Amino acid sequence: MIEQQPPGETQGNNIPDCLLEARQLWRDYDGHVAVRDLDLELRRGDVLGFLGPNGAGKSTTMQMLSGNLAPSTGSIRINGIDLLDEPAAAKRQLGYLPEQPPLYPELTVSEYLDFCARLHGVARSERGRAIEAAIERCDLGDMRNRLIGQLSKGYQQRTGIAQAILHDPAVIILDEPTVGLDPIQIRDIRALIRELGRDHALLLSTHILAEVQETCSRVLMIHHGRVVHESRLDALDAGVQYRISGSTLPDDGTFRSLAGVAAVERVSPERVILTLDSEPPRVLAQLAAKEWGISEFTPQHRNLEQLFVELTARDTEGAA
Amino acid sequence: MNAGLAITRRELLSLFVSPLAWTILAVVQFIVAWTFLVQIDVFIGLESRLARLEAPPGVTDLVVTPTLSNAALVFLLVTPLLTMRLLAGERRGNTMQLLRAAPISTLQVVLGKFFGVYIFLLALLAMLVLMPLALLAGTDLDLGKLASGVMGLALLLAMLTSAGLYLSSLTRQPAVAAAMSCGLFLLLWLLNSGGHGDAVTGFISLAGHLQGMLRGLFTTADVGYFIIATLLFLALTVQRLDAERLQR
Repeated sequence: MIEQQPPGETQGNNIPDCLLEARQLWRDYDGHVAVRDLDLELRRGDVLGFLGPNGAGKSTTMQMLSGNLAPSTGSIRINGIDLLDEPAAAKRQLGYLPEQPPLYPELTVSEYLDFCARLHGVARSERGRAIEAAIERCDLGDMRNRLIGQLSKGYQQRTGIAQAILHDPAVIILDEPTVGLDPIQIRDIRALIRELGRDHALLLSTHILAEVQETCSRVLMIHHGRVVHESRLDALDAGVQYRISGSTLPDDGTFRSLAGVAAVERVSPERVILTLDSEPPRVLAQLAAKEWGISEFTPQHRNLEQLFVELTARDTEGAA
Repeated sequence: MNAGLAITRRELLSLFVSPLAWTILAVVQFIVAWTFLVQIDVFIGLESRLARLEAPPGVTDLVVTPTLSNAALVFLLVTPLLTMRLLAGERRGNTMQLLRAAPISTLQVVLGKFFGVYIFLLALLAMLVLMPLALLAGTDLDLGKLASGVMGLALLLAMLTSAGLYLSSLTRQPAVAAAMSCGLFLLLWLLNSGGHGDAVTGFISLAGHLQGMLRGLFTTADVGYFIIATLLFLALTVQRLDAERLQR
């Protein structure tokens, strides 16, 4: 049943294993549109980083996907089951960790997980094993008989994650899972997220861009309630900009006349940044044929932060 | 239905690991026991004079009925303490999102919560009933009258629990829910005090419907009043929670 698929190898539109699918989601509150026309798709093995500035409609979207809020229009399918038509069956496939972990401080970790297992309809015969597996995965073994209210923030967060993965859901939604943790705990949780991503579909909302770069296979940015960017992270990494240094570089016009070059940015007389719209080797071959004393041809990694700032700033200007 | 049971189980577990439940059990038991002993004392004092009457009121009328009536008053004050956190507390602790993301209907949540507190209150009532039953060792009781009174209290508790549950669904603050519940209960109790109200207040008033049952008068109208009120508040709670998911 569990298909091992390393992140980065799901391809194309043949939807073999679409676990979470949202179509044309709209949500408005009293005339104010919080989310408009949002499409989202998650396959097994996907870890989708869900980004957006505060107030972009991120938490509204998370609440809709987790069944906490009904969308104004649109549909959500979890593992092929419509969330609005058959909420109980769809939610059985869903694990959700809200921003504040939903814990009962007066219970012990194992009492709490037992309650969650019953709540999610885990069969009696499976319950013990499911709880043990979740405790082990989240490294809660020493804490199982401690009161949740007396645990540190890090362990509380892990208990929250244990609750979300307990019933082995197809889709796991985590809202800012590493907020308030120390660096070691953050590292552990990120490792856990990557591990979970192998056989589940994960949606991860966060403000920490480095976290997305480290754990996610795809990224989706929303701003003013609509999707402004969606890509695979490896595609983002490869980049389309190249830095070229040479002792006798020609003027910008000459660069622009090369096939495959979309834009030229002059950094200094000896250095330009080219934006390519075709395969790099083609351009490289042309450059190599010229006698411009070229000593460097380096891909420019557009990092997530630049992209984030660009997209959100541009859209603000557009809306203003 | 299992998920609803899970909620009931968790409510009871949370109650019994907190000092609140034990404190309430102890305090209620103490107060009712005190009034019970006072009634017995009064009865013993009156006994010689009662013997001269032609059809004297029995120990059931003079001890059991007043004790149950006092218990009803204590319930009015205690139930809000138990129902206040039912939903307001879930909101505050963010666990509402856990329940909403779980494969469980709103009705199951509401019934699970209701029974979580109701079962506790029935246990409390059962412990109180042991006091009048203890009189069986020394005298005869009118068991029919006692049963009618206990049924009345059980129905009263169902109504108080569901009303408290509904008021708890309206707010994030358990204390606000408790204040509203206390206010509502006292209002319903005092609405027709002294029999000065009109037909409408007479019908809505709690005390009127309860007193009949405590005296052994078990009528469809009174039973219907409590059952309808309980169902109404449960339906309102479901409606309120569903509305929240749709619009905010």
